[in-house]
Amino acid sequence: MNYLLGAFKPACNISITFTDGKNRKQVPTKKDNGQIVMNPLFQSQETIAGKINIEPYQGKKVEHNGVKVELLGQIEMYFDRGNFYDFTSLVREIDVPGEIYERKTYPFEFSSVEMPYETYNGVNVRLRYVLKVTVTRGYAGSIVEYQDFVVRNYVPLPPINNSIKMEVGIEDCLHIEFEYNKSKYHLKDVILGKIYFLLVRIKIKNMDLEIRRRESTGAGANTHVETETLAKFELMDGAPVRGESIPVRVFLTPYDLTPTHKNINNKFSVKYYLNLVLVDEEDRRYFKQQEITLYRLKEETS
Amino acid sequence: MRTLAGVEDEDKWLAEGIAGIQHNAFFMHRALDANNLREVLKYSALMLSELRTSKLSPQKYYDLYMRAFDQLRQLEIFFKDESRHGLPVVDLYELVQHAGNILPRMYLLCTVGSVYIKSKQAPSKDVLKDLVEMCRGVQHPIRGLFLRSYLAQVSRDKLPEIGSDYEGDANTVMDAVEFVLQNFTEMNKLWVRIQHQGPGTVREKQEKERNELRDLVGKNLHVLGQIEGVDLEMYKETVLPRVLEQVVNCKDKLAQYYLMECIIQVFPDEYHLQTLETLLAACTQLMPTVDTKIVLTQLMDRLSNYAASSPDVLHEFLQVEAFAKLSNAIGKVIDTQLEMPIVGAMTLFVSLLTFTLRVHPDRLDYVDQVLGACVVKLSSVPKLEDARAMKQVVALLSAPLEKYSDIVTALTLSNYPRVMDHLDDGTNKVMAMLIIQSIMKTDSCISTADKVEVLFELIKGLIKDLDETNAEELDEEDFQEEQNSVARLIHMLDNEEPEEMLKIICVVRRHLMTGGPRRLPFTVPPLVFSAVRLVRQLESQGGDIAGEDSATPRKIFQILNQTIEVLTSVPCPELALRLYLQCAEAASDCDLEPVAYEFFTQAFMLYEEEIADSKAQVTAIHLIVGTLQRINVFGVENRDTLTHKATGYSARLLKKPDQCRAVYACSHLFWVDDPDGIKDGERVLLCLRRALRIANAAQQMASATRGSSGPVTLFVEILNKYIYFFEKGNPHITPSDIQSLIELINNEMQSDNGNTTIHSDPFFTSTLRYIKFIKQKGGLMGEKYDPIKL
Repeated sequence: MNYLLGAFKPACNISITFTDGKNRKQVPTKKDNGQIVMNPLFQSQETIAGKINIEPYQGKKVEHNGVKVELLGQIEMYFDRGNFYDFTSLVREIDVPGEIYERKTYPFEFSSVEMPYETYNGVNVRLRYVLKVTVTRGYAGSIVEYQDFVVRNYVPLPPINNSIKMEVGIEDCLHIEFEYNKSKYHLKDVILGKIYFLLVRIKIKNMDLEIRRRESTGAGANTHVETETLAKFELMDGAPVRGESIPVRVFLTPYDLTPTHKNINNKFSVKYYLNLVLVDEEDRRYFKQQEITLYRLKEETS
Repeated sequence: MRTLAGVEDEDKWLAEGIAGIQHNAFFMHRALDANNLREVLKYSALMLSELRTSKLSPQKYYDLYMRAFDQLRQLEIFFKDESRHGLPVVDLYELVQHAGNILPRMYLLCTVGSVYIKSKQAPSKDVLKDLVEMCRGVQHPIRGLFLRSYLAQVSRDKLPEIGSDYEGDANTVMDAVEFVLQNFTEMNKLWVRIQHQGPGTVREKQEKERNELRDLVGKNLHVLGQIEGVDLEMYKETVLPRVLEQVVNCKDKLAQYYLMECIIQVFPDEYHLQTLETLLAACTQLMPTVDTKIVLTQLMDRLSNYAASSPDVLHEFLQVEAFAKLSNAIGKVIDTQLEMPIVGAMTLFVSLLTFTLRVHPDRLDYVDQVLGACVVKLSSVPKLEDARAMKQVVALLSAPLEKYSDIVTALTLSNYPRVMDHLDDGTNKVMAMLIIQSIMKTDSCISTADKVEVLFELIKGLIKDLDETNAEELDEEDFQEEQNSVARLIHMLDNEEPEEMLKIICVVRRHLMTGGPRRLPFTVPPLVFSAVRLVRQLESQGGDIAGEDSATPRKIFQILNQTIEVLTSVPCPELALRLYLQCAEAASDCDLEPVAYEFFTQAFMLYEEEIADSKAQVTAIHLIVGTLQRINVFGVENRDTLTHKATGYSARLLKKPDQCRAVYACSHLFWVDDPDGIKDGERVLLCLRRALRIANAAQQMASATRGSSGPVTLFVEILNKYIYFFEKGNPHITPSDIQSLIELINNEMQSDNGNTTIHSDPFFTSTLRYIKFIKQKGGLMGEKYDPIKL
């Protein structure tokens, strides 16, 4: 029995710890099985360093043809499951071939790693960063251990941030002018604005502001587009009259948003839209969609 | 949809809503107990979502709202205690705004906002401004109204008014005003909008529902009225113009009416006075269907009450020329609101007049001005037919009468009669009666001919037939009452100065003469007596004769003669006769023999020519005899002529008993019990004997026709006359005459009642008792009676 167990169990336990793992900010990440795990947070140009412990199970020795650690940046398309496109791949050989008899610790360091893309978990695509430790063995198959980590990149305040102002309408039926104070919002921003009703000939029941995410994957004929409504925020209840102006104030904090991603490694894009929806008493919807750019602003406090 | 559903359904929906609130409130309370903020927010939002219903009428919705309101109080307590939820209030303020549905979000925001202000971590004005602005998101009229009323309620004690904790630094009372004004404006818009929803068929119901909601809007004005620190300047520059702008611009009849009413009620009187112009200008801009008159009336009522409250404020009224402004505004309203019924205009005038009378009682010209405006208005419309309008005009005309106890004041108003001209005949009469009653009540005396002229012009409805009066329609009793009033009025016209009095009499006469046969019998007698009184006054003053035109008795008698003459043509001879006799007596007192004679002549002529009824003749004869007896002015010749005539008439009466009585009455004509009166004992006796003869004849006639002679009354009466003259010392009456007359009566009685019981005549018995008594008494008179044996 013991023998059998031993045969299927990996020969050793590999654990990866980061140098400043105790102090580093951890962010929750949803795993494939729906579990939420906490992973350390990095940003581009940071040095990723730590220790790798390899501890053979009792009384076993691990023969190997070398130990290496890789830092991988991968894009995974769900319709093309199992295929990863590595856009970043750094390797450190940490041990020459040999045998490990007892617990052994290897320090590692990738200094100033260029990680241009943020970790992203979408509907059809996933971008992740991972440390991969491989104990290479000949016949018995290599022993591999992964440690995910999260990358978020902060950008400074955009120098130009125009408001969005637009007049739309249906002739002799509805004319509105809306204004959002910016076109670029950071993830904890507040959308402020106003909706002016210039002409109202329909009986409006209510008005919502939706935040929609448009994720497009692939390229050319194989492009997949997935649109999700992440937020539905009621701006107005009841029917306004001509001349009425309705305030807009939407806090972005409660919503699970990411920065806008444009053409990430030619694999995917994520865009955000504000969709203003007016519903009339017959439940007809009138809407106008406007793209906004989301970005991640460095938080002062953290 | 709601309006089509039955009440039952609505009750069901309300029950469901309440159940929903209770259900979520239960979980909210659990979370409150556990200090679990996230859960609290979740369940409170769910609870408040019940208020999103569109199915309930305002009344039912209010019920639901109150349930939620109670729960929100609990929530507020929780929000106040940072130790329980562990979040700074500013974060809380953001957090509640994450709620996806606007209505729960706004209720929560208002609740936290009130806590936020209380914490003083932010200037109250900023929070208030934010709240009132964010509430714009709720555009549904009923939900919006209730939400904003919630906001008004939670913020009421947190306004930065003077003396409050929240005032100071950047927060001024102006911010408080601004906040309330804005909330008011928005609420009013929502309120007005209700009518534009739903089909027109349910308009009436909507009106009713809107009416139920009006106090929510009006509450804001109450708050404005109560904010400490709103001084006149601010009221004038900000509050009033803004409120009025909203009122005028909303162009809604119900709202305009209600809000104007509110404005007038909630703000202080002195503010109204100082902003009168603005306020009135707004009144003229209201929708034509708004009952502006009630609004203005209320305003004027308030102002006049204010004026009445203290004499110190009166100068303010003068300062702002309140009257001119009001008068102007009313003119404008009447001019612009063409559809306003005439009754409306009249009501306005009444109010303005009431105002004037109370505020400027000394300014008669104002009163006249109001009446003048009224005349102009009345002239612009066809004949007044609306009974209510008529009533208002009567009220308008009565007001000065009541105010000025002296009727004379009203008589100086030049427009007064012109207004009266616009009344219909019936109302004109009513008004005239009111005027007369007013005079009677105040017991005021009209003392100049001019005033009398005006007065009679006013009451001409009573004095003469107006155009189309239909005599048959008149109620006899009413007519009599009216004419009696006129008669009473004539006695109120008095002046010590004979000249003026004469003028008055002439004026009155001129008017009365137009009255026609139906009125003259009522109106001439008082006039005559009034004149006679003047004559007597002149007489007592010595009757100096000043000049040709002055008041002399002779002249007055001429007038009287002419006046009474009219009555004969009415015809009303009996009355004329009495008046002639009255005048004759007065003339006699003035020593005007020819005049007195003339009057008697007239009286006799009337008797001969006009009085045919035997009963009337009897009465007339007695009147003539009575008067003639008292008159001592005549010389022997004239007197003889007249007495002869009188006795002649007496003897020619139809019925014997009447003849008899008239004849023995004539006996007095020859015996005036005055020191220098005529005492012709012989002719007295002749008269009495003649009376006895007639009595005898009457008795015989009676027994001939009825088989029994009549009672002995006539004899007893003659006996009494005998006794009278006997006692007065007429030498031709002897005790034996009396003795024989008594026996005669006794005989008559026995022969009459021979076969039956002796039935004694009470008159006779008491006469005998009298003689006995005198005899027993003795003395000079007793001795005289001595020869008489009973």
